[in-house]
Amino acid sequence: MKILVCISKTPDTTAKIAFTDNNTKFSEEGVQHIINPYDEWYALVRAVELKEKDTSTVIHLINVGDASNDAIIRKALAIGGDEAIRVNTAAGDDYYVAAQIADIAKEGGYDLVLTGKETIDYNGASVGGMIAEFLEMPFISFATKFDLDGTTATITREIEGGAEVNEVALPVVVSCQQGMAEQRIPNMRGIMGARTKPLKVVDPKDIESLTEVQSFDLPAPKQGVKLFEPGQEEDLVKALRDEAKVI
Amino acid sequence: MSVLVFIDQHDGEIKKSSFEAASYAAKIAEQTGTQAEGILIGKCNNDPATLGKYGLKKVYVAGDDKYSAFDDGVYTGIIAETVAQSGADTIVFSNNFNGKAIAPRLSVKLKAGLVTGAVALPDTSNRFVVRKSVFSGKAFANVSVKTATKVITLNGNAYGVNEGEGTAEVVNITPATAEGRVKVKEVNVLKGEVPLSEAEIVVSGGRGLKGPENWNLVTDLAAALGAATACSRPVSDSGWRPHHEHVGQTGLAIAPNLYIAIGISGAIQHLAGVNRSKVIVVINKDPEAPFFKAADYGIVGDAFEVVPRITEAVKKLKG
Ligand SMILES: Cc1cc2nc3c(=O)[nH]c(=O)nc-3n(C[C@H](O)[C@H](O)[C@H](O)COP(=O)(O)OP(=O)(O)OC[C@H]3O[C@@H](n4cnc5c(N)ncnc54)[C@H](O)[C@@H]3O)c2cc1C
Ligand SMILES: Nc1ncnc2c1ncn2[C@@H]1O[C@H](COP(=O)(O)O)[C@@H](O)[C@H]1O
Repeated sequence: MKILVCISKTPDTTAKIAFTDNNTKFSEEGVQHIINPYDEWYALVRAVELKEKDTSTVIHLINVGDASNDAIIRKALAIGGDEAIRVNTAAGDDYYVAAQIADIAKEGGYDLVLTGKETIDYNGASVGGMIAEFLEMPFISFATKFDLDGTTATITREIEGGAEVNEVALPVVVSCQQGMAEQRIPNMRGIMGARTKPLKVVDPKDIESLTEVQSFDLPAPKQGVKLFEPGQEEDLVKALRDEAKVI
Repeated sequence: MSVLVFIDQHDGEIKKSSFEAASYAAKIAEQTGTQAEGILIGKCNNDPATLGKYGLKKVYVAGDDKYSAFDDGVYTGIIAETVAQSGADTIVFSNNFNGKAIAPRLSVKLKAGLVTGAVALPDTSNRFVVRKSVFSGKAFANVSVKTATKVITLNGNAYGVNEGEGTAEVVNITPATAEGRVKVKEVNVLKGEVPLSEAEIVVSGGRGLKGPENWNLVTDLAAALGAATACSRPVSDSGWRPHHEHVGQTGLAIAPNLYIAIGISGAIQHLAGVNRSKVIVVINKDPEAPFFKAADYGIVGDAFEVVPRITEAVKKLKG
């Protein structure tokens, strides 16, 4: 079996959110980057678990981005994966990214394409579904569980207030979230091994983004908290009813 | 030209989020001088004509029971056919599980620019610019869509429901779209509970509650308010509560009218999932807890004393 895991780079979850260039660019100043948590904890680790079960499994990682993404790609390789491909470009919108990935996936003949449920910076939650449509494959989104029996996958996806169990024949694109796997810390052996794993850099295809960010802004700061003392619970509830009008 | 909105349903009942998406679509249509129409797929117990109340003039219904089980590939095909039939140039979804599964596929199929998680009406005065939530609610981006056809998913509770008078014309359609490749084996939805993502009020507990045996504090208050329950990540990681209740950066992002956080410190990753709530109430014994900075109301005190008294006060004031 061949698995393709889509890996993206995001600012650390505690990064200060600020913008520069007249609010058109995210300020990278002092920002640490990480592998997007859903890609790392769930998509990648589930792929590694599948390989542990069936050692003939091949895992490729893919990233669409410039050379500054190599550090997180190496970290992902330290967790698992046989080789990585980076499409060398300053990524465009989700359509652009998905088209680049689909183009490579078509050649690769993958049985399974895994993505995170969304990136924690631009919160698109779209790349997985877009890849599926480009490849004309079924897509299971927001998966919390993935099991394989031969070439039939049983996948649980989250829905409002519950879950749905789907059965689908490979190949399939799956976007992964909590539940799929348990987070792993790369060990020394993995880190050493990752240094020599192939990281192929390929040129992007000529594709146009369909959308463009014009500007960013920050939400208006909160007015400040209105505190009540223990014992004034009734006043709090009255304030929620009469002032905030939310109950 | 028209604005087409996907009407999402579960088990034959139209979801509340679809009334909001329809209201939003109707407003875009008014703004651009066209009309709003809906597409409803699968067997539905509600009368589609009543969607006229939210401003839809027409509802296309692919009502064959074979479409009742969700398959994003099939739904995308049916919606694309309806777009061709209706001449829609803007397609609206709720930014919920089904919406987020279909919209990206449709964007590729129609080569239409997609903006997910819209929080306001598009600015159509100069090009087509959609304001969306980014960085997990910590910022907004104004995104211009460059294609003639546009796809938008609307964040829950971002626009609101406009209910008026009106009846929509119902057009039954027989799509050419073939059957799908995804077999839905089971659907498990907690009956009678408000789904967290649709709830107007959410009561949430953190590690400050010490253990699952104390969760009646949360569930009693939630029951008194008719609220859904949620929790912080360590709580679900410890198995005190089910995973689907976990909110935050790695869990569900919600935007209820009222979020009550009990014994939760307010770490940045937790706030990322709840900071779009209209009103936040924090109960924490530590006055330095970061959550108070994001709160509208709060009590510094011991949850074990304070929360039961809030529950009593709610019961009393609600009569
Ligand atoms: C990449 C990443 C992603 C993450 N994603 C998420 C996420 O999605 N969601 C999430 O929630 N967390 C997430 N976290 C974890 C997050 O950083 C915090 O560790 C977590 O939110 C803390 O949970 P808590 O507030 O319940 O517990 P604690 O931080 O332990 O806080 C407990 C609080 O309870 C208060 N308390 C104690 N006793 C009482 C009492 N008797 N009465 C009243 N108050 C009391 C304390 O003062 C304290 O403020 C993530 C972390 C990382 C690194
Ligand atoms: N630049 C990228 N390179 C590789 N994979 C990506 C990239 N951007 C997004 N993805 C994948 O697509 C998922 C959803 O991203 P998004 O649709 O942008 O929220 C992520 O969790 C990744 O798995």
